Amino acid sequence: MIKDVIYTISSNLQLNSSVFEMRLDGDTAPLNKSGQFIDIALSGKYLRRPISVCDYDENGLTIIYKVVGEGTKQMSNMQKGEKLSALCALGNGFDDSVTAKKIALVGGGVGLPPLYGLAKRLKSQGKNITVLAGFNTAADMYYINEFSSLAPTRVATADGSAGTKGFVTALMDEGEFDYFYACGPEPMLNALLKTGLDGQLSYEARMACGFGVCMGCSCKTKLGAKRICKDGPVMTAKEMR
Amino acid sequence: MDLSVNLGGIKLDNPVIPASGTFGYGLEFAELYDINILGSFSIKGTTLEPRFGNPLPRIAETPSGMLNSVGLQNPGAEAVVKEYFPRLKKVYRKKVFANVGGHDEESYVAAAEILSKEDIVCAVELNISCPNVKAGGMAFGTDPDKAAAITAAVKKVCRKPLFVKLSPNVTSVKDIALKVVDAGADGITLINTLLGMAVDWKTGRAITAVPHAGLSGAAVKPVALRMVHEVASAVSVPVIGMGGIESAKDVLEFMSVGASAVMVGSKNLTDPFICKKIIEDLPAVLSEAGVQDIKSVIGRTDRCAK
Repeated sequence: MIKDVIYTISSNLQLNSSVFEMRLDGDTAPLNKSGQFIDIALSGKYLRRPISVCDYDENGLTIIYKVVGEGTKQMSNMQKGEKLSALCALGNGFDDSVTAKKIALVGGGVGLPPLYGLAKRLKSQGKNITVLAGFNTAADMYYINEFSSLAPTRVATADGSAGTKGFVTALMDEGEFDYFYACGPEPMLNALLKTGLDGQLSYEARMACGFGVCMGCSCKTKLGAKRICKDGPVMTAKEMR
Repeated sequence: MDLSVNLGGIKLDNPVIPASGTFGYGLEFAELYDINILGSFSIKGTTLEPRFGNPLPRIAETPSGMLNSVGLQNPGAEAVVKEYFPRLKKVYRKKVFANVGGHDEESYVAAAEILSKEDIVCAVELNISCPNVKAGGMAFGTDPDKAAAITAAVKKVCRKPLFVKLSPNVTSVKDIALKVVDAGADGITLINTLLGMAVDWKTGRAITAVPHAGLSGAAVKPVALRMVHEVASAVSVPVIGMGGIESAKDVLEFMSVGASAVMVGSKNLTDPFICKKIIEDLPAVLSEAGVQDIKSVIGRTDRCAK
């Protein structure tokens, strides 16, 4: 189900130099999985901004976004109490019904947020999860305490300024995990596909509609062309490998 | 209020038709609202063979509009007939415009023949104006003689009224319109997207993977109105106008300059409920304009002038 929902901003907190956490109060009934996204309308901007849902409950949802251009800059200046229109909910989300012995939740940069809600779900199901978080540098880190309160959390930074030096894939010992959920930059996702491990990956792309009609975000998979917005953003390792 | 219009024998309950490429094959929108409220809709541009289209990114935002370089991604005419139309018929009892693309005359003719046989198709919309394919597409729509030749060839096999969708990327859209009507077109739709470009000022890179892409949205509306006016004043067949339509007031503007119906494009992508809203708003907007019969709006700009 997709609704055009008017949300009220209840907080808009800066987490580091460019990453913000925004809490939106309003209808979350259309959401049913972690990894789905909303598409936010901004005044003066023609296209909506697709942003993944970090977490949600019956009263509202949380998004975490990085200021990368004028639209997200505009969002960062929005105040508590302001209204915001968003299409909710878009995309298929993560399938959390998978049974596995030891699961890695692998997030790179602003790919981490949807893994937070997922970590909560998997933990409530009693599953054995470990969070692997990758950043460029220590100053980019956010939400590490939040993740640590849910599950063992390891950090890697490309420049070695925090945690293990290197990419997030360096945090996985061979044979340690039998399943993964991932969201992050495409090189990270490609590196995970190369490990041969079974899992699910959340992709991103420039999109116009967000609900499967414009064909702006198509990708090729083993099962034919798929739309990242509608058939994804979560794809299985099997179809992407 | 009676909102019906007649496009040379094709009777529509209202003049609002979602434009090709912004409405898929109707299935996604049918999950959002009852699409039977529409006048009709134009299906995603369909070619004889399946096409994946261009590399990503295919989308860029621009002031009051957007660029796309999708490149006619579609499952092919046979799959549309066998897989998409049966699913569509379960949620939609009206008829569609079958937007047909191609890369040469034979492929246009073959796709038009397959699609025009279908009961659900009320008209073929010949897309000789897609700027995002290397062969065919706009290459046919920007050359008056080629446009006329392909219109004539498709007309021979087409079992439904043939509308030709024109490109704005030409010196004289009126000349092309006159040529394709002369070659047998039963109607004209315009405008397709304007060729444009977006560049990242930091890196110097084009935003879309195919650098030159099609501009649509509110930004193109004044150009579209001018071209619809030019063409509608010159031809005797029905004209369907499009380009940046976002409201019932925009519908009246396009009909005033001579469109018998309108297509709503990019706005469907940013507000999926826009066509429903426009149809619901039309009676009040017509009343506000003092109009009793929507058909009396068609071409009134020129009547005002006299």
